[in-house]
Amino acid sequence: MSFVRGLTCKECGTAYPVTPRMICDECFGPVEVSYDYAAMRGVVTRERIESGPRSLWRYRDLLPIEGEPRAGLRSGYTPLVRAERLGRELGVRELYLKDDSANYPTFSYKDRVVAVAVTRAIEFGFDTVGCASTGNLAHAVAAHAAAAGLSAVIFIPHDLEAGKVVATLVFGPRLVKVRGNYDDVNRLCTEIADEYGWAIVNVNLRPYYTEGAKTHGFEIAEQLGWRLPKHTVVPVAGGTILPKVWKAYREFIDLGLVADDGPRIHAAQAKGCNPVARAIESGADTFQPQKPNTIAKSIAIGNPADGPYAIRVVRDSGGFAASASDGEILDAVERLARSEGIFTEPAGGTTLACAIQLIESGRIPRDEPVCVSITGNGLKTIEAQQGRLPEVPVIEARLEAFAAIAAPPKTAAPAGSG
Amino acid sequence: MAEKVSIRIPTPLRGHVGGAASVELAGATVGEVLRELTQRHEKLHGRLFDEQGQLNRFVNVFLNDEDIRFLQGLDTQLKDGDGVKLVPAIAGGSAGTPTGEGGGPCRQ
Repeated sequence: MSFVRGLTCKECGTAYPVTPRMICDECFGPVEVSYDYAAMRGVVTRERIESGPRSLWRYRDLLPIEGEPRAGLRSGYTPLVRAERLGRELGVRELYLKDDSANYPTFSYKDRVVAVAVTRAIEFGFDTVGCASTGNLAHAVAAHAAAAGLSAVIFIPHDLEAGKVVATLVFGPRLVKVRGNYDDVNRLCTEIADEYGWAIVNVNLRPYYTEGAKTHGFEIAEQLGWRLPKHTVVPVAGGTILPKVWKAYREFIDLGLVADDGPRIHAAQAKGCNPVARAIESGADTFQPQKPNTIAKSIAIGNPADGPYAIRVVRDSGGFAASASDGEILDAVERLARSEGIFTEPAGGTTLACAIQLIESGRIPRDEPVCVSITGNGLKTIEAQQGRLPEVPVIEARLEAFAAIAAPPKTAAPAGSG
Repeated sequence: MAEKVSIRIPTPLRGHVGGAASVELAGATVGEVLRELTQRHEKLHGRLFDEQGQLNRFVNVFLNDEDIRFLQGLDTQLKDGDGVKLVPAIAGGSAGTPTGEGGGPCRQ
């Protein structure tokens, strides 16, 4: 059973049937999945969700598939971590981390959107899926396509981190490096989707794909005990996840699953690529595209497809934006690792660094609940930390060799230990 | 003045130009050839331009694969053999002013 009604243009409201479609023929605006919310009321309950699988598919009533899930059966339902130590350091009473660096199977929030897109691609009868990617999406599409028995064609900028390239190639997709930045890759993929009969998940399956991002927000609300954090800090790359977290909160509010306490969504970007943050800070409705230059490659998108919607959501919710320098980003990666034991990629460092700025500037009051979205894993971007971590000593396997570099022992060894 | 510039038409708009994937036109600037295009194919006008004559914010225009917002917008000069592409903004972005006023691209 599905509550999907069809596709609707976000700008002019023109309705379309459920097909692979990215834009409205009338005004070129993006189309979005519409649901029969009236039919959900009283049916989609906390109990129904709680009795579902421990994956993002527990929210399938609010996802745009027709039949059974066909991909990502173990994706989502990642930890919501109460960050006690980091919260104390920052003087924040209730600090949470939604940790998609532990997502399955490819350690980023992209497992969510790809689980939905690949299921939908199979329902539409595609045998090949593809994407334009800054790395995490490439990794996720390659893995989920392999598991579903589909072919994958993946386009990435030429200068991605080696970890992301290897982690993608191992699944056997057709991988193409494009000379240029992500925005060049994405423009090419839009033309490719136009010419080839492939399901490019973030182009012609975009309305379905983006809905998967809602599950990040659903989980925050459910794992917080069916309530919303007053503040959620979300990174902005293409601008997909931020408006979808908001949509998730609104859907739960409208279905009566959580109370509406005026949740605010804040945008986090790197200083070297911050078109959305700049627009928010200057009060503009639209952004100016940029040529990205930041260590946070996974969010280096200078021309974000859903940027206007990210701007609108931040403004409508009463949130704000911040931008972090490369230095602040890497400091935040290490701070998160050392205070909470979580190794995120520079995108996660960006979000935390921006959250810290918003807390210190008073935009986020220290006595209100805050959730920071950690969307990717540091093991895929180890180059970023290069030169920042201490040299590791190499010694002979003799006690004296260690004694020569060790500080004297503080206490004697426990009796009987030797 | 470029005598021959090709304009690539995306699938959703091809029905308005008799099914052609690309159209060849002459003009001095990107704005000029796009206006020429919409004069020849009237149904395109409301899709490419708004009531103030500004580009529809859901259409991105590329000259030889560079977004015209990083050039001089609709005033960008053309030379023979240039290729103009119309690409739905789903590939990224909805512009501020097409001329890039109000901040402009930021190269850091």
